[in-house]
Amino acid sequence: MNNHSEINRRSFFGKVGSGELNPFKDSQEEAVEETGELVKLLSVDGYLIEIDKAYLKPVPELPLVTSDEARKGIEGKQFVMVIDLSRCKNLKKCQSACNKMHWVGEGQNWIKVYSMQDAEHTAPYWQPTNCMHCDEPPCVKVCPVDATFKRQDGIVLIDNERCIGCRFCMAACPYSTRVFNWEKPVIPKESIDQSYSPETSCPPKIGTVGKCDFCPDMVRNNQLPHCVSACPNGVFFFGDMNEDAVTNGSETVRFSELVRDKSGYRLMEDLGTKPRVYYLPPVNRLFRYEEGLKK
Amino acid sequence: MEKATLQDKDFEKLTPQPFGKLGMWWIAILLVFCAAGLVGYIRQLKYGLSVTGLRDYASWGIYISNFVFFVAISLVGSLITAILRLTKATWSTPLTRIAEIISVSAILFASVIIVVDMGRPDRFLNLFIYGRLQSPILWDVIVISTYLVLSLLLLYFPLLPDLGILMKRAKDKDSRLMKFYRLLGKFWINSPEQIRIKERSVNMLSVTIIPVALAIHTITSWLFATTYRPGWDSTNFGAYFVSGAFLVGAGGMVVAMYAVRKAYHLESFITEKHFNQMGKLLVMLSLLYLYFNINEYLVPAFKMKKYEADHLLDLFTGKFSLIFWPVILIAMVIPVIVLLFPAGRKPLPMFLVGISVVVGAWFKRFLIVTPTLLHPFLPMADVPDSYKHYFPTWEECAITIGSLAGAMLLITLFIRVFPIIPIDEVLISLHKENETLSAE
Repeated sequence: MNNHSEINRRSFFGKVGSGELNPFKDSQEEAVEETGELVKLLSVDGYLIEIDKAYLKPVPELPLVTSDEARKGIEGKQFVMVIDLSRCKNLKKCQSACNKMHWVGEGQNWIKVYSMQDAEHTAPYWQPTNCMHCDEPPCVKVCPVDATFKRQDGIVLIDNERCIGCRFCMAACPYSTRVFNWEKPVIPKESIDQSYSPETSCPPKIGTVGKCDFCPDMVRNNQLPHCVSACPNGVFFFGDMNEDAVTNGSETVRFSELVRDKSGYRLMEDLGTKPRVYYLPPVNRLFRYEEGLKK
Repeated sequence: MEKATLQDKDFEKLTPQPFGKLGMWWIAILLVFCAAGLVGYIRQLKYGLSVTGLRDYASWGIYISNFVFFVAISLVGSLITAILRLTKATWSTPLTRIAEIISVSAILFASVIIVVDMGRPDRFLNLFIYGRLQSPILWDVIVISTYLVLSLLLLYFPLLPDLGILMKRAKDKDSRLMKFYRLLGKFWINSPEQIRIKERSVNMLSVTIIPVALAIHTITSWLFATTYRPGWDSTNFGAYFVSGAFLVGAGGMVVAMYAVRKAYHLESFITEKHFNQMGKLLVMLSLLYLYFNINEYLVPAFKMKKYEADHLLDLFTGKFSLIFWPVILIAMVIPVIVLLFPAGRKPLPMFLVGISVVVGAWFKRFLIVTPTLLHPFLPMADVPDSYKHYFPTWEECAITIGSLAGAMLLITLFIRVFPIIPIDEVLISLHKENETLSAE
C-alpha cells in the first residue's frame, strides 16, 4: 500500500519535473524518445561529451547578441523617433506590421492609434503611440527585479526571462503602452525553435509584460523598425541623435532641424519622464481627420 | 499568588477546547471555501492569469485589493499589543493574543495573495536573486517580512508562561498537544530571570513594531502613490492608508472578540467593558479615516483637474458610485453614529458594526485599486471591449474568498491549540487587583 502511493507520488513529480504539468515550461523543451545511438560532441566549454542522437536538433536562428549585450545596448547610439501627426490617417499599417513581427497577443497592440481631441473646439487628429523609451522611465524605476531596463543607446527593453509578472510597470507607465501576456502566446509554427532575446522580444512568454522595443534587432542589421517601414505615409522617422539624423525610409532629415522647424513636442512633458519619441503637430495635414474614420 | 488563582471552572474555559458541533461546521465551511480557492488557483496555474477578469488596463484587481486589505487588518496586532501596552492601557491585556494571531495570519495570507497575483510565481526567487532596492516592491518585501517576524515573536514570548501553566495542569501529560507544547516551551521554568527577560523582550518588541507597522502601511500605499495616475498620485496616501488600517484592524478585532467570547463562553474575560472601550476607539478611528478621506477626495474635487475629474466623477456619480457611497456610509459614518451611544457599544451592536467596518474596508481597497487603472491618461483605445471594464471571474473570487477563509481557518486552529486569552497575564493583573484590595 505504502509502496504504491510512493510510486504514484513519484510518477506525479516526474510529470511535474518533465513539464507535462508545468504551464510555464516552453513547448520546445518537450521530451524526446531516445534512440540508443550515441554521438560525440564538443561542448561549448571544451569538453568532449556523448549524447543520444535523438537530442540532436538543427540550431535555431540564434539571437544576434547575448543577453548581457542586449542589456548594454549599441555603443555610440542615441535612438530617437519622430512621429509626424500631419501625415497620419489611421491606416494602422504600423500596428499590423508590429503585431505580426512581434507575435503580439490577440486584441493587444504595442502601437495604438488614438483619436485625439484636446478640447471641445479644437481639431481632432490621429495619434500613433508606442513606447516612449523615456530617459526617466517610470517603469524601470519600479521594476523589482531589473527585468525592464534602460540601455546606453536610450532603448527601454524587457527581459521576459526575468520578469515576474507583477505588472507594477504597467501601473507606472502613464502612456499605457505595456501589454501583458495573459495567456500562453500563440507562436507561429515556423518560429517555434527561435530562441528568446530581449532585442527581438520574441517568442513572448506567458505571465510577462511586453511593449514596443524600437526593434533593436532590425537596427543592428541596418534596417528600420517595422512600423517605420510599414507606414505608406512616412509618419514615423527613426534615427540617432548623435548623428542628428532621422529617416522614414524615403526622406532623411536632420533631427534637430525637423523638431525645431516643425515645433516638435513630447507627450506629457509635465510628468518629467523625458520621452525619446517626439511629435510634430497636426498642421498642414496630408489628410483630413475624417478620412481616418473610413475603414 | 494563591489569592489570585482563578477558579477551576474559569481555568477550564481558558484551556483550549476541542471543537463542538458548531466549530466542526465552521471548520468544514472554511475548508470548502479553501478548496474552491485551490481549484481556482490550479486553473490559474494551468491557463495563466487569463482566467481572471484582469486585462491590460485593469491589470490589478481584487487580488491586489485583497492584499492591501490583509496588510491593513494586520495592523491590529501593533495597535492592541504595542500601542495600548506602551500607553499603559491595561484593559486591553486579555485581547492581545487575539490581536496578534489576526496580525500573523493576515500577513501570511497577504504574502500568499501577492504570489497569486504574480504572472510568474515560478520566478518568485528572482525577487531575491535580482532584487533592486529602488523598487517599492522590494521595500514592501523587506518590511512585511520584518513585521511577520516581530509579530510571531510577540505571539510566542507571552505564550511561554501559558504553556508552562497548561503543561503543569494537564491530566494526560503525554497527549499530542502536551508534546507539542514541550517542543515549543520546554525550556520555560518560570524563573524570575526568565520572566524578566520575557518582559523586557516584549517591551522592546512593542517599541520596535510600531515604526515597522507604520512602515508596512505607508510603503504599501507607495505602491500606488509612486505612480502618476489620478487617484494615486497623492502625498496624503501614507497617512490615509495607516489610518484606514487602524480602523479595519480595530473592526476585525471587535468581530473576533465577539466570536471568541460567544464560542468559548469567555464573558468573564472579554467583558462589556472591553467592547465599550473598543467602541470608543472605533469612533475615534472612523473619524480619523473620514478626515483623510475628505482630504483625499474633496481637495482634488475642488479643483477638478482634467484627469482627476474623470476618476472622481466615476466614483461620485458614475459606475463606481454604488460602491463608493455605501462604503463611506458603512465603514465610516454609521460606526460613528451607532457607537457614540452607550447602547451601541454593547457586544452585539459592536459585532454588527465591526462586520460593516470590515466589509466596507474590503470594498474600499477595491475602490482604491481598480477605478484608477480604468482612467488612464490616454483614452482607452485599440483594445477589445472587454478590456475597458473589470469584473472578477469565479476563479478570482474563489481564490480571494479562499484566502480570507484560510486566514480565518488559521486563527480558528490557533485557538484550538493555544489559549486565546493570555492566562499568565490575566493572573498577573488579578494579582495586582488583589494587592490593591489588601492595601486598602
